[in-house]
Order: sequence, then C-alpha cells, then structure tokens
Amino acid sequence: MDYMTIDGIKVPMEGEKNILSLIRKAGIDIPTFCYHSDLSIYGACRMCMVEDDRGKMFASCSEQPRPGMVIHTNTKKLQQYRKLIIELLLSTHCRDCTTCTKNGMCELQSLAYRVGVHAVRFPNEKKPLPIDMSSKCIVRDPNKCILCGDCVRTCSENQGIGAIDFAYRGSKMQITPAFGKDIAETDCVGCGQCAVVCPTAAISIRTNVTEVWDAIENPNIRVVAQIAPAVRIAVGDKFNIPKGENTMGKLVKALRIMGFDEVYDTNFGADLTIIEESKEFAERLKSGEKLPLFTSCCPGWVKFCENKYPEFAGNVSTCRSPMSMFSPVIREYFAEKDKEEGKTTYIVAIMPCTAKKAEILRPDNFTNGRQDTDIVITTQEIIRMIKQVGIKFETLHSEACDMPFSMASGGASIFGITGGVTEAVLRHLSPDKDHATLENIKYSGVRGKQGFKEASVTFGDRELKIAVVHGLKNAADLLDGIKAGTAHYDFVEVMACRRGCILGGGQPVPMGPTTRTARMDGIYQVDQLSSIRYTDENPLIGRIWEDIIEGREHELLHRAMETEVHA
Amino acid sequence: MLDKSFYEKADEIISEHSRGKESLIPIMQDIQAVYRYIPPELLSYVAKKIGITEAKAYSVATFYENFSFDKKGRYVIKVCDGTACHVRKGTLILEKLNSELGLKDGKNTTGDMLFTVETVSCLGACGLAPVMTVNDEVHPAMTPDKVTEVLNRIREDQGGQNE
Repeated sequence: MDYMTIDGIKVPMEGEKNILSLIRKAGIDIPTFCYHSDLSIYGACRMCMVEDDRGKMFASCSEQPRPGMVIHTNTKKLQQYRKLIIELLLSTHCRDCTTCTKNGMCELQSLAYRVGVHAVRFPNEKKPLPIDMSSKCIVRDPNKCILCGDCVRTCSENQGIGAIDFAYRGSKMQITPAFGKDIAETDCVGCGQCAVVCPTAAISIRTNVTEVWDAIENPNIRVVAQIAPAVRIAVGDKFNIPKGENTMGKLVKALRIMGFDEVYDTNFGADLTIIEESKEFAERLKSGEKLPLFTSCCPGWVKFCENKYPEFAGNVSTCRSPMSMFSPVIREYFAEKDKEEGKTTYIVAIMPCTAKKAEILRPDNFTNGRQDTDIVITTQEIIRMIKQVGIKFETLHSEACDMPFSMASGGASIFGITGGVTEAVLRHLSPDKDHATLENIKYSGVRGKQGFKEASVTFGDRELKIAVVHGLKNAADLLDGIKAGTAHYDFVEVMACRRGCILGGGQPVPMGPTTRTARMDGIYQVDQLSSIRYTDENPLIGRIWEDIIEGREHELLHRAMETEVHA
Repeated sequence: MLDKSFYEKADEIISEHSRGKESLIPIMQDIQAVYRYIPPELLSYVAKKIGITEAKAYSVATFYENFSFDKKGRYVIKVCDGTACHVRKGTLILEKLNSELGLKDGKNTTGDMLFTVETVSCLGACGLAPVMTVNDEVHPAMTPDKVTEVLNRIREDQGGQNE
C-alpha cells in the first residue's frame, strides 16, 4: 500500500480523492468553510492550506494525494496565513456576535478563536445590505456572508433549484437571487439545506420561538405539541447524548416542564397517512389513472413539483402530510372541551423541517377556513427553548405522550427517513404481515442512502414498480425520465432533503458522516423496538376514526384540491 | 412586461446559437448590440430557454462590467481611466463631460436618453492618451474644450432637438 506523511504521521492511501480526506483520516481536524464531501470541490475558503516539504503551499481539498508526499498542516507560515484570512473575512463581517442567532454555533466565530484572531486591524467600510425576511422558512443576512458558496452549490447541485448565486465581483461580490429579488419570489422551496451548510448566520432558520412562549404564557390557550419522528433522534445532539439516540421520553418530559398542556406524537398522524395514502394508491391502481402516485408528506417536494413540474402536480397524493392530518384531528378532539372551558387549542408542531413553516400557511391545509397547525418550530428551536429554561435535558427521566394519541406503529416512525413512507405503505398493503414478510420488505430495495432507489413488489396479480428518491436534484432527474418515457413507476416517494427528514433543514448541525449514519440507525431502531410494527395494529386508530374521522376523511385528511395547485 | 417584439427578437437571437449554457454570453452580447442594454426580463427569458437558472445568468451578467441592465443613451461615451490616460489628466475629461451633461450622484445617462458616460479601465490606445470613445469612434488626445466640441457636433447632428 502507498503512504504519505502528514505532520510526521504515516498515513495509508486508500483511494482518497484529495489530501484533505487523508489529513482528517490521520486524526487532524483541518479547518474548512467551503468543503462538504457531498458537494463539488470549490477551493474558495483557503482554510485547508498545507505546506509540502519544499515550502510550497496549496489547498488540500483540491490536491490529489501522491505516494510519498510529505505534508505539514500547521507550520508558522500556515498559522499566519489562516489568521490573516480570518481577519480579512471579519473585516467585512457583521460582528454583533452576542445578538446573533448563530452565537456559539458559528464556524467563523469558532475558527477565529481557534486560529487566535484577537483584534481586527481593518475597519469595515462595507455598506450594510438589507436582511431578507421574505421567506417563512429562512432568513438571509448578506452582511454575515463569507462567500464560501456552500449554499449556492447545495441549492443547485443537491436540490436542482439554484435560487441563489454569486453576483457582481471583487469586493462587491454577494450571494443573492437574480436581480436582488426577495428569496420568496424565487423557486426556493424552503428546504433549509442552505442554512444547514452555512457556516455563519448568513442563512439561518426563521425562528418562531417567541410565538410559542406567548401561547404558553396565556392561560386561555391550550398548548398542544406534536413531535415529528426525526426530532427524537437528533434533539439529544446538543446535550451530550450519543448521536442518533432516541430521546423522545426526555423531550416529552422537557415539554411538560416548559408548560405544554398536551404532548402528542406525530407518528399517530403518520399512521393516518398510511391508511389514507394506501387507500388512494389502491384506488389509482384500480382505475389506472394518475400513476405514478407521488407521496405528499414533504412540503419541499410538493412545492418543487408545483414550481418546476406543474404537469405532475395532479399525480401528487391528495393526502395531507402526517403533521397536517393530525392537527385538525387534535382540534376536533378538543372542540367540545374548548367550548366548555373557554379555551383555544394552539397546535405547535416540532419538526425537523423548515419548509413545514410554509406548509401550514397553504390554503389547502386549512379546515373550514381555519389554519390547522398554528406554528412550526424546528428541532434547533426546541433545543434553544430547552436551553433557555435551563433544563438539564440529559438527566431527565423519560415520560410517555398523552392519550389518546400516544401510540403509533413502527411503520409511522420511519417516515423520517428516505424509503420509510414506502416501507410503511407496503407493510400496510401486504396481505401477510408475519415477521418474515416484514423483514423481506426491508430488503426490497427501499432502504439505504443511495439517492435513487428502485423496488419491485408483487401486489395481488401484478408487479408494482416503486421508486424512492431523496434530494430534489434526484427527483428532477426521475421526473425527466418519466417525461421522456424512459421510466415507468406506480409509486414514487420523494423527500427534498438527502436521506430524508433526519437530515432536514431544521435539524441540529453539524451533520457529518458519523451523525448521518447514527441518525439512520437511530430511526430504524425506533421501528425495531415498536411492539406495533404496522398501522392496522395500532389500537387507538379505530376509536379516533369512529369518533372523529369517519365520513369526514376528505375534510380532515386531504388537501382541499379546489383551492389549490395553480392558484 | 416587455413588448412582444422584445421576446421575438430574443427568440431570433437564441435561434442563432446552440441551446446550452455556453451560449449565454454570446446571446447577451447580441441582445446588448440590439438594445444597447439587456432588458432584465430578457435575461430571465434567455436563461429559461437555454436551461440555466435565472440566478446563474444574473451571476454571469453582473460579473462583466460590459453588460448593463440599465437603458443607455443613444451615444455611449467611454472615458479611459487607465494609467496612461489617468496621468495625462483623463479625470478632467470625465469631469467636463459630467458637468456639460448635468450628470451627478452616480447618474450616468442624460434625461433625454441621448448620452451615457462610462469609465473603462483601459481602451488599449495608451499612445493616444487621454482617450475617449463615442459609440466605438475613437477620440484621441482629448482636452476639456474638445469635449464641448464633440458634444456640440452630436447635438447638431440630432437636429438641434436638445437645445
């Protein structure tokens, strides 16, 4: 095997594409702003500079490793070089760290500390640019941008949207939508993946924490929380809990301490989705119309389809997302009680997703003219709230959700990961539900991290063709294939974020390779440990269905199609 | 919304090029040759036609000083501010132009849409410094007095409509 020497450590070369990967393999955390393993290499930030044994400096991210190379990552020259770059970046950067949403999590802040910048010699002569608050999902503050281009590449390479790009040049360069438009006027779907990769607060999650505290404070409001499947395996990230561990019980307890009146599991809503979407799928198979059926759980995807592929909008399931099915059912459940007690029910959805903040405002997610979900806060925001209160999350004793929505199937819990919706629907539709059959579905091809997955399943007397994609670029490629007539499917699951909601725009960052794998394992563990594996076994569904839903499926569980799509 | 004729012209220009991202710059140049600027709506239109995002097209268009989204006057005057012209008092030429045409505060096109004044970093005619061009016609060894002459001549050509 070939070797190269990094800071005196002999490192074996195992097909790494760049020197940076080898440096990290050697256990050295070389700093970067613009390097993300799933994006193209850009080489803009110059943080990963190294020096060879002849004193030549180059960026390790964009240099191929060669056997026998001798590399130093931390010479005096490099230290000064990095320090100067950070100083120059800071010279045109908003430095109100104490009031910044990224305070304590900002990569620029932590690197400035790490490389030892204690003063900035250059005055900031840049005129402040306006902050873009037009989106319900994200906030753009160009004054905090360091032009690493991570957001630009994520939006175009992974999501196939390209709502923002570099504009102008030199010291006037900025990242912006075309013609300096508001982000809300572009094709942005609100997935928040740009905020995930942004090292500073140039793009951050639009926060709604204040609204939630206000509701909790008001004695006339019944504050009800519903918690999405992907939140429970990520919320522990910021409380020294091992990555991917299910902390649902602790989260329920924390919400009760904070003053939430009722705490429910969105997985119950996912069970409702499984029933309705399976029904819809069976009907479409029978009629042969509007196939393939596209899933509708992911608001980023639904918006993407409407924006870029309106011809397929009719194929998207009319089912609401689990969150949006669950909210009107909760509201119905409390309708009488609210009247008796003179209270209003206020539904807070805790989601891994930024696009959900826009989903709740869509007219097709209103019931009888009323917005169903009152507010969406992301995993990052609930972490903030827990920290505000000062709850020692890691030491909490677990508690269960409130009845009558406290039980859900394992199938529902995997809605948070790519392939999960499909797997849950297949479990539901499968006539045999013994252990072996369920295990077989697992291996049908729906699981895994590949961006594009295909599966073929026998259903009755026919063979169903299924596709599972995540990352909107993959969705676009698939749709192009269907349009061109080269691809044929009966059922297509799409999730806007790579690997699904577990890496959603509202989840705690960073989300490196270890976190990604841990979250995937974590969510499958939740399913594996559920005594109820598929929806039919959920004993609570029957009662709720009878009491609340029966006969009102269209009103409560489906999107009102007349107000929608091209409006 | 632009008049239909703009889009027809754009279609005509696009049809002369291949439909790929590599055609963006040549198409923008051709559009600018026709209108003396790029109507923003047309940039978005072209981007869609050749399959790139509007933001990407805007990125390219703003990178090059040569492309403009602002309507320009019938006569585009470019004053050289390269080293040779600068040391031979090119700045005075620019000042004279601005004061004669009443241009200030970043405004560089006259209200009657007759003149646009721009600076360029070098026209490549350093031997003739200080240089300016009027619609690609070169005026060498300029002086403030010659500026008045040139402007007057153009105004006369326009039939005295600006007096």
